[in-house]
Amino acid sequence: MSVTATKSRYQSAEFADRLRRRYAAERRFRLAGMAAVGIASLMLVVLLGSIVGKGYTAFWQTQIRLEVTFDKAQVEEGNTMPLLRQALYAVVPEVTDRAGRRSLNELLSSGAPYQLEAMVKANPALVGTKQTVWVLADDEVDQFMKGFIRRDVPESERRLNDIKIGALDKLAAAGAVKSAFNTTLFTAGDSREPEQAGIWGAIVGSFLTLTVTMLLSVPIGVAAAVYLEEFAPKNRWTDLIEVNINNLAAVPSIIFGLLGLAVFLGFFGMPRSAPLVGGLVMALMTLPVIIIASRVALKAVPPSIREAALGVGASPLQTVAHHVLPLAMPGILTGTIIGMARALGETAPLLMIGMVAFIVDIPHGLTDSATALPVQIYMWADSPERAFTERTSAAILVLLAFLILMNGLAVFLRKKFERRW
Amino acid sequence: MQIMALLLVLALLTVIGFQLGRSRATASVGGRTVELHSVPSYHGFYVALWAGLPALLLFALWTASEGWMVMQMVLAGLPGRLTHVDGQALSLLRADILNLAHGVNTGRVPDPAVAAAAEQYVRLRSLGDWSLLVIGSCLAMGGLLFARGRITPDLRARNRVERTVNVALVVCSLVAILTTIGIVLSLLFEAMRFFAAVSPIDFLFGTHWSPQMAMRADQVGSSGSFGAIPLFAGTLLITAIAMAVAVPVGLMSAIFMSEYANPTLRTWLKPILEVLAGIPTVVYGFFAALTMAPFVRGLGQAVGLDVSSESALAAGIVMGVMIIPFVSSLSDDVINAVPQSLRDGSYGLGATKSETIRLVVLPAALPGIVAAVMLAVSRAIGETMIVTMAAGLTANLTANPLEAVTTVTTQIATLLVGDQEFDSPKTLSAFGLGLVLFLVTLTLNMVALRVVQKYREKYD
Repeated sequence: MSVTATKSRYQSAEFADRLRRRYAAERRFRLAGMAAVGIASLMLVVLLGSIVGKGYTAFWQTQIRLEVTFDKAQVEEGNTMPLLRQALYAVVPEVTDRAGRRSLNELLSSGAPYQLEAMVKANPALVGTKQTVWVLADDEVDQFMKGFIRRDVPESERRLNDIKIGALDKLAAAGAVKSAFNTTLFTAGDSREPEQAGIWGAIVGSFLTLTVTMLLSVPIGVAAAVYLEEFAPKNRWTDLIEVNINNLAAVPSIIFGLLGLAVFLGFFGMPRSAPLVGGLVMALMTLPVIIIASRVALKAVPPSIREAALGVGASPLQTVAHHVLPLAMPGILTGTIIGMARALGETAPLLMIGMVAFIVDIPHGLTDSATALPVQIYMWADSPERAFTERTSAAILVLLAFLILMNGLAVFLRKKFERRW
Repeated sequence: MQIMALLLVLALLTVIGFQLGRSRATASVGGRTVELHSVPSYHGFYVALWAGLPALLLFALWTASEGWMVMQMVLAGLPGRLTHVDGQALSLLRADILNLAHGVNTGRVPDPAVAAAAEQYVRLRSLGDWSLLVIGSCLAMGGLLFARGRITPDLRARNRVERTVNVALVVCSLVAILTTIGIVLSLLFEAMRFFAAVSPIDFLFGTHWSPQMAMRADQVGSSGSFGAIPLFAGTLLITAIAMAVAVPVGLMSAIFMSEYANPTLRTWLKPILEVLAGIPTVVYGFFAALTMAPFVRGLGQAVGLDVSSESALAAGIVMGVMIIPFVSSLSDDVINAVPQSLRDGSYGLGATKSETIRLVVLPAALPGIVAAVMLAVSRAIGETMIVTMAAGLTANLTANPLEAVTTVTTQIATLLVGDQEFDSPKTLSAFGLGLVLFLVTLTLNMVALRVVQKYREKYD
């Protein structure tokens, strides 16, 4: 009888074996899926971990306490470095030879005299007195105090010789070495010396660039989206525009840089390294993102809203301006913020238009030479000093903080204003 | 300064124009606004447009042409011995005048005639800015008064304003087209200049890339050589490595998230991938150069392999990680678009979940997945920062992932960074490479879009 035959077939050893293998395959497949997600998560953890691990130390900077006599003649000459050096020699009187003293000189940052000058400028009464001041230490001293230059390697292979370490030990024993919050990092422009380098110039540059980007791409993008979604007739011409926008969204960013170089710098003769040009290029790049996001938001507004507005006598433009656009605004805003976040992290097009120059001054206008935060990261990453690696990671952390802030705002807006019709 | 003042004046006049237009419209019918053809605020917009728009157009035209016109006037006043020279020297002269005018210290003592020209340039520019301010303000004022004078109860203000707005909307949507045209023209134009110096055949099929031009004519290899095959090969190698990482991981993540993960797990996993997608490429580049490359090198040395410190492998892996979220989010969409009835049918026949996915869902989603992979490839080819920071600079024709290779985007970035003369084949070659890059990515995108469109919603 077929029933018994079927029963025996499903209970046969062969069948059980096949079923076991099929279930094993199922488990393997599931495991592969988990492994894939695991790899992605692991990479994220490793990436962020390595950057935090490399960068968190940059938020502190070693300072050295010195008893400085503000000698009148030398302060007026603007030559305050010898004053600092005298104070340092006084701490380590046993080092008297030239080579040794040269080593001692290298303990202090070359920017330390500016600190004294700033003090005198703020309080002229200091001249002629003896004061206790905390001055910036050299970046290698800073790295030594943070434990990145080890003292147990032979002197010849160490960045800091024994004289320097001896002097530092003596200073440390007297409580004259401290690690303070690195305000320079957030207030200074770029510098060749790591301990004097900061990201404020880059942040201002990024801000100016993004301002131009936003002022151009948001109105144009929203207007284009409104036209394409609400008014445009369906024909070959609008099809072309649509295909075009989708393609532009996928064009590599460096191509936009080439466009900026050839058109804005080459043809219109705009200044190099200017946030204005950077903003223009970024605006062209962000435009497709904003148009696409705005169209999605406009499409989500139900047709009944439009019909009701038209029904009470509003013109098509009034319908859009008074009803559809306000309802689509949260979606448009979210898309805009995400587009801006992408523009903030973009580097390649800015390299093409010369925002990669070494610029110490904080930019004040749209046509000043400037750099941007990601470009600053790119430039510092190229520097060989250990202290710059640390600062690069710190700059990345600041950039990521801005991005998290912007994306968080976008998520918040989406959550708060999201409407289900 | 004058520009800011003009924009301020324009903004002010527009606001005033709006108020005047509205109140005049209301006054023209003695407050019974039903007798107006359009709502009073449309009359306001009508006057505001007349006040702002013509002056704004003038402003745009003026600022676009002022520099050039002033330069022509200045050059016309210079003695012939300076101006009757070839194009290159003339552009140098222009640059000199501009530098002097902007107070840039070039370190050279300028020719007195050039110095005078620079002074004249500054004078004319400031004169131009002032006259722009005056003329622009007058134009705005005139427009305002003209439009205000035309306000009558029968004025079809709404239709006029709406027509203007409509034109503005169309113009905005054309910006995208203009951008594409701009990209194509600028790449083509500069690439033509490059191909005038280097034959396209040598460029596309040559196997030796060393764009350094000699300083002296008698130097060995003075012409530089522009065979781009090693660049294409390097790009393909790194892209292949990236795809080997991104496609399996991205696809399996998408499958796991859409078919296996429960909603709570998904709310945790989705943001992880989104964060991965939101990290700027320069950060990936830093990670590749300072963490991944030494790691790969150390690993290679541990098993006795000689790995370059700028190996294609390190750059490729990190690029793959960057593209994982791209592949996974696109595949996720495609997999979710496969109708549930197909899965139910498969389960009904007794298939396990993995069998259903492998034999039913994936084949159904295949066109979309192929398109996703093509878009990912186009992204990998165009990615610049990771390879600029982590891959090599020397063109190396090799298929060994442990060696350093260079890519098209790396070369574009390094050729054009820094101050360089704009017309040597070295800098122009970047535009040749850019043209190839643009065409390749464009083709990939077009084909991917076609694939998606052609096979979409086949089952509904």
